[in-house]
Amino acid sequence: MDTKETKTNGALTSKDFMTDQEIRWCPGCGDYSILKQVQTVLPTLGIPKENIVFISGIGCSSRYPYYMNTYGMHSIHGRAAAIASGLKAARPDLDVWIITGDGDSLSIGGNHLIHLLRRNFNVNILLFNNEIYGLTKGQYSPTSPRGKITKSTPYGSVDHPFNPIMLALGAQGTYVARTVDRNPQHLRDTITAAHQHNGSSFIEIYQNCNVFNDKAFERFTDKGSKDDNAIYMEPNQPLLFGENLSKGIRLDGFKPEVVEIGEKFAADDCWVHDPTDKIKASILANFFDYGDELSGLPRPFGVFYQTERYTYESMMEEQIKEAQTRKKTKLDALLSGEHFWEVKA
Amino acid sequence: MMKTAVEESKSEVVVLFAGDSGDGIQFTGGQFTETVELFGNDITTFPNFPAEIRAPQGTLSGVSGFQLQFGSVEVFTPGDQYDVLVVMNAAALKVNIDNLKRGGIIIANSSGFDSKNLKLAKYLDGENPLTDHSLDGFEVHAMDITKLTREALKDSGLSVKEVDRCKNMFVLGFIYWMFNQSVDNTVKFIGKKFAKHPEVVDANIKALKTGYHYGDTSETFTTRFKIKSASLPPGKYRNMNGNKGLSLGLIAATHLSDLNLFYASYPITPASDILHELSQHKDMGVKTFQAEDEIAAVCAAIGASFGGALGVTASSGPGIALKGEALGLATILEIPLVCINVQRGGPSTGLPTKTEQADLFQAMYGRNGEAPMVVLATSSPGDCFETAYEACRIAVEHMTPVLLLSDGYIANGAEPWAFPQSKDLKPIELRQATEQDKDENGQFLPYRRDMKLVRPWVVPGTKGFEHRIGGLEKEVETGNVSYDPANHQRMVELRADKITTIADYIPSQLFDSGDENCDILVIGWGSTFGAIETAIRDLKWQGMNVAHIHLRYLNPFPANLGQIISNFDKIIVPEINNGQLSAILRQHFDCNIIPLNKMKGLPFQVTEIKECILNELEHGH
Repeated sequence: MDTKETKTNGALTSKDFMTDQEIRWCPGCGDYSILKQVQTVLPTLGIPKENIVFISGIGCSSRYPYYMNTYGMHSIHGRAAAIASGLKAARPDLDVWIITGDGDSLSIGGNHLIHLLRRNFNVNILLFNNEIYGLTKGQYSPTSPRGKITKSTPYGSVDHPFNPIMLALGAQGTYVARTVDRNPQHLRDTITAAHQHNGSSFIEIYQNCNVFNDKAFERFTDKGSKDDNAIYMEPNQPLLFGENLSKGIRLDGFKPEVVEIGEKFAADDCWVHDPTDKIKASILANFFDYGDELSGLPRPFGVFYQTERYTYESMMEEQIKEAQTRKKTKLDALLSGEHFWEVKA
Repeated sequence: MMKTAVEESKSEVVVLFAGDSGDGIQFTGGQFTETVELFGNDITTFPNFPAEIRAPQGTLSGVSGFQLQFGSVEVFTPGDQYDVLVVMNAAALKVNIDNLKRGGIIIANSSGFDSKNLKLAKYLDGENPLTDHSLDGFEVHAMDITKLTREALKDSGLSVKEVDRCKNMFVLGFIYWMFNQSVDNTVKFIGKKFAKHPEVVDANIKALKTGYHYGDTSETFTTRFKIKSASLPPGKYRNMNGNKGLSLGLIAATHLSDLNLFYASYPITPASDILHELSQHKDMGVKTFQAEDEIAAVCAAIGASFGGALGVTASSGPGIALKGEALGLATILEIPLVCINVQRGGPSTGLPTKTEQADLFQAMYGRNGEAPMVVLATSSPGDCFETAYEACRIAVEHMTPVLLLSDGYIANGAEPWAFPQSKDLKPIELRQATEQDKDENGQFLPYRRDMKLVRPWVVPGTKGFEHRIGGLEKEVETGNVSYDPANHQRMVELRADKITTIADYIPSQLFDSGDENCDILVIGWGSTFGAIETAIRDLKWQGMNVAHIHLRYLNPFPANLGQIISNFDKIIVPEINNGQLSAILRQHFDCNIIPLNKMKGLPFQVTEIKECILNELEHGH
């Protein structure tokens, strides 16, 4: 089948990516925002929609493919990354998106996620992190904070949570970013940039579950608190946050500290974000409420780390091409092998 | 001093080569096989490795074996008991002596029976079977192969260690002499294999020829065997083992259907050789993916099939258990997928290097919900190609996952195979979408079925056919998610009917032996083929009329199976399990089944099947 259609999608609009299926997420769910932003971004990418595939696992977020008028598969719990790996290996020409959640790809499907990242398939992973199991009605998830009271943890969770960004960095992810459902502009920019990246693009999206875990990310999105609690990283720019960017991050050796911009420190004294520096990316990834000395630092949003590395599917194609320049075995030669004999009548 | 040995004609001979894993036993067996095949004998071989990769030298658990039966008649099994036992050390003798025929020949490397080796083989202090007359019922030829080889190669310039590695060539040369076979093929092979090391080539050839001449010149040997060439049906043949046969079948089927082969698996004994084989054929466009686990392997294969390749995965029982949920997904997606189970002894990790047929229930029923699946079984190394080809054909033409059962005995066994030519292979046709598969508004209906109840296969990249599929129940035709009660009932029935309908598109069941007028019917499946067929042919010689049908198609059964069964009052069903096919046959047909079950991790011996049949013929009325 011919898939080599040129970029004729200029005429497509977000409407072209909507389906006639009734959307079944709860009213007020953060998933609506993510769906809308993706539908807004896709027409700008210049990819024919028949070449786009959304693969999901199981969970609230994984209903997503039904609402995208592209090719798609709503698969089984945790396995979207594995299915997408096979699809991308078989069809490198396709534009493959993985839609998953914190339970789907950090718990039951954790293994596939880390292996997909190390293999660096050129796919986009949108991990909707709501720090709760929504579809099963409210149990704690691998990203829920310690002490979280849920249906399955009436005395508070004793599980230590995953830091998804650290996990992605540790799994050799080549593009690791975080964004949030309530910041549509940043969401769109992050998705667009991730799509440009050649390799596995991992985006953790903080997504509010207004039914089972409402306001989990409120301090990063609420007008009154977001300036002090969220920091938006820009490449080659100093790490500044707070109202009117009145605060910054300085590095004292490897120890980050919050400083007031003013008499003692200027913006130029702050840490300049370099997403190609993996060690610094790890420090930023650890701006996370473990309850240790790093708490009190703002939560970073944007690209933590980006690097170029060969993709699995390109290496696979190259090997095949190279093998074929050396020889091209005919089926009959394969069937007979080198050692055969004839029994005559 | 030359002495002419007496020549004895035989129609078939069973030989076992046994020694340490480091003795080159598999290589020796492989060379012997090639030589007699070229001569025109029929042969069946079976290697027997220790479970440990490098078991301690000289110990009982470290014995590696290569069993073969070859003859001037058709040979279907590697044989029940050996005529000739070649042992490189005491442990090899101890492990295998019980299976040597009374009066059989033992060829022993006497240097493998020194006090150290005897102790490792757990012989008592002072006990040595070569000298204490405990082997008096056999014809024992002990020779110091180590010393003879060292003597022959003393001027080779090779180290003692390298010289000792040529011992197996001495043995092979001697066995060639014993069976009147030429050393030429092996000489050619050695020249090619060690082309970069001429001194190694010379040493191996010298050891080979020295062994051959030793037969001629030594006084002790009085018998040489002559096995005439077999009258196999005319055609071109090659040696084929089970896992390789499956691999070639997959490649051929994807070529004939113009699909790309995508094979994903996680290493597991005894299925890994399929991955090893397929990964060599990149020049034919084969993509292989060693996944992070069994679940990822089957899921990657499903992803590849969704993308328009033919996704294939393989494993053994424990791995298939892990794949179960994804097999259910492939069932509801109605997407082509081939899943091979090279069975081994279970449950759990069970007996990884031993054979069993105990995963039939798992293949038939091992998924949640109503998830019928096509199940095929291959019956011998030479049958693997065709069964794999059929699995792919059904998967693609009927848009369904197909479970193909093989086992450890077939996987590693080998026999001559009359290979087909590509032009003789049945073409495979894809169920492609047409405008008929759209509704009046031009909306594509991914679950609109044709006469065979098969839905169209439309892959991403096809403009105007964008659609979503998934693991939730689907609405008839549109494929949209549906929780409607009547719709679910309809879909469950449709998925079942689709599989049942395949019976109309597979060959009728034929008799492997006998016909509907025979007194008794034996129904087998899988690797019991050789033992059953040999038993029945032996009984025919004795004037008994026994019929044999061997099932490749286990779900659905061939359409005429019920009719065949209705002709017999009594049906024997031998299985290497606790009666799984017996149970399934009873569920489908009103018939009198006599199960014959063996659960020892070992294949049937011909005599075991003969005894059962004889017993039923004599006392059964």
